[in-house]
Amino acid sequence: MKLRTIAFTNLRRRKARLAFLLAGLLIGIATVVTMLSLSTAMTAEVQHQMENFGANILITPKTDELSLSYGGITLGGVSVDPREIPEADLARIETIPNRRNIAAVAPKVLGAVEVKGERVMLMGVAADREFHLKRWWSVEGRPLVERNELVAGSSVARRLGLKPGDTVEIEDFPFVLTGILRETSSQDDDLLIASLPTAQILLDKPGLVSLVEVAALCGDCPVEEMVAQIAAVLPEARVGAIQQVVKSRMHAIEQFQVFAFGVAVVVILIGALVVFVTMMGSVNERTREIGIFRALGFRRAHVARLILIEAATVSLLAGILGYFVGMLATGLLLPVLAEAHAHLVWDARLAGGSVLLAVLVGTLASLYPALHASRLDPTTALRTL
Amino acid sequence: MAFIEINGLSKHYPSRAGVVAALDGIDLTIDEGSFLGVMGPSGSGKSTFLSLIGGLCHPTAGTIRVDGIDIFRLPAEQLADFRREYLGFVFQSFNLVPYLTALENVMLPLAVKKLATAEKRERAYQVLERVGLKARAGHLPGELSGGEQERVAIARALVNRPPLILADEPTGSLDTATAASIMELFAELNREGQTIVMVTHNPETRGNFHRTLLLRDGRVAGESLATAA
Repeated sequence: MKLRTIAFTNLRRRKARLAFLLAGLLIGIATVVTMLSLSTAMTAEVQHQMENFGANILITPKTDELSLSYGGITLGGVSVDPREIPEADLARIETIPNRRNIAAVAPKVLGAVEVKGERVMLMGVAADREFHLKRWWSVEGRPLVERNELVAGSSVARRLGLKPGDTVEIEDFPFVLTGILRETSSQDDDLLIASLPTAQILLDKPGLVSLVEVAALCGDCPVEEMVAQIAAVLPEARVGAIQQVVKSRMHAIEQFQVFAFGVAVVVILIGALVVFVTMMGSVNERTREIGIFRALGFRRAHVARLILIEAATVSLLAGILGYFVGMLATGLLLPVLAEAHAHLVWDARLAGGSVLLAVLVGTLASLYPALHASRLDPTTALRTL
Repeated sequence: MAFIEINGLSKHYPSRAGVVAALDGIDLTIDEGSFLGVMGPSGSGKSTFLSLIGGLCHPTAGTIRVDGIDIFRLPAEQLADFRREYLGFVFQSFNLVPYLTALENVMLPLAVKKLATAEKRERAYQVLERVGLKARAGHLPGELSGGEQERVAIARALVNRPPLILADEPTGSLDTATAASIMELFAELNREGQTIVMVTHNPETRGNFHRTLLLRDGRVAGESLATAA
């Protein structure tokens, strides 16, 4: 028999108090785990969105105000803006210090063409990169692959009475319409989309691009710095960040994190209070027992250690169970609070941290009860003597 | 040779009526291997006397030397060590720990000693056998009779092989037959050389003592020697 045997036996044979102590701390730890893992999952979701759902840097020519616009730049109707960006210059983007953060560079050329007697905007794209970047695009039919293929925006298709498989003539060149973009409620609905080389020829802009969308892998990478770096290698272009949506989402998550931290602190404090009150009650209930221990030759330190072993054991248990209960709660809450892409993040640091926090809180909250127990006068504690 | 030397021992308690002298200037020596009975009416200072010898409280004045050790000069933690190594307590109401089995209760004084668990267990079984309770080792105190609980308490006092046993009214809550068997157990232990100081109300137990001290109002009011046959 050792001190810990006495502690474990006491806990085992006084199940009601064990359950109460356990519940007090477990709720606190589970709340902390839930809050932290929820915010981690939601942050990861936003990062995922930022990395996979579109561009966050836009490169446009330095141009004057014109009448047609797309993607924040303005174009001069059918007239060709003399200041396009040479496609060859885009290779310089790959030389910036933060090039590893670049997920995709999607150049496009824009201009007006005449189809079936109507003027429509034609956009030439690097098809594979464009369709990868714009995952929200949903195509009825299939995306274009070949140079003689086209995809039409929903409005244009409706206006011109186009359907997948139709042949469309532009500047006497026949094109096959492989697909129609389902409605996006954006400027994309008014576009005809062709491959970049084809559009450059049709629009008479060989080797030129009108704008470039850059997707940066930016959960926490410095978009502003990357904008500056790209601007430095492309001095003749205008470079800007489009991150309002992401910023506002991140801001919401940051606010949630502050709220989560506040709630976690309060719940942990309540948990610590429950442990303190329960351990204090336990010590007062066991004064006679502590008197016996002291009479039998237990030192004050032995008595204090006995109480602390009990507290640490319960806390350890509460930490482990609290982590799993917290993760379970996160798993249940996540589909309600976040979008489909969010998933549980099993983090060893969170697991270790929650167990450590539980043991720390439980032991600290039991420190005074343990000292109180060790200071009990054995004569008073025994009463019979 | 005197195993315990008590000089000018006083213990005063403050009360609403003023200072109460629970013990007032006791001088006494107790020899090794003796069986001392301490008797007296309620409030005469018997229990205070036992608490002081056990180092459970400090005197207002006076000294107690046990085996040459001035116990009240020991720092608190060493006084705890002294209790563990020198004393075995047997309490009136047994004072067993309710959630520990008889065996575990007996092992309690060994819990803070650096001994192998197997040896602790072996020693506990030996003393339980000595008091005739080995078969009940796995029972909780609540499952034992009063006499059996008292035997467990005696086994616990013996397990550390202390030179001195302090017993406070060990038969106080037992029926006559059980009380007699417990007293016989104490007498046997004493015959084996165990020094015992026992506080009791029961005049029938007097026959077992080598020496009986009568306390009244915190003073030694009388002393009788070896009424035992």
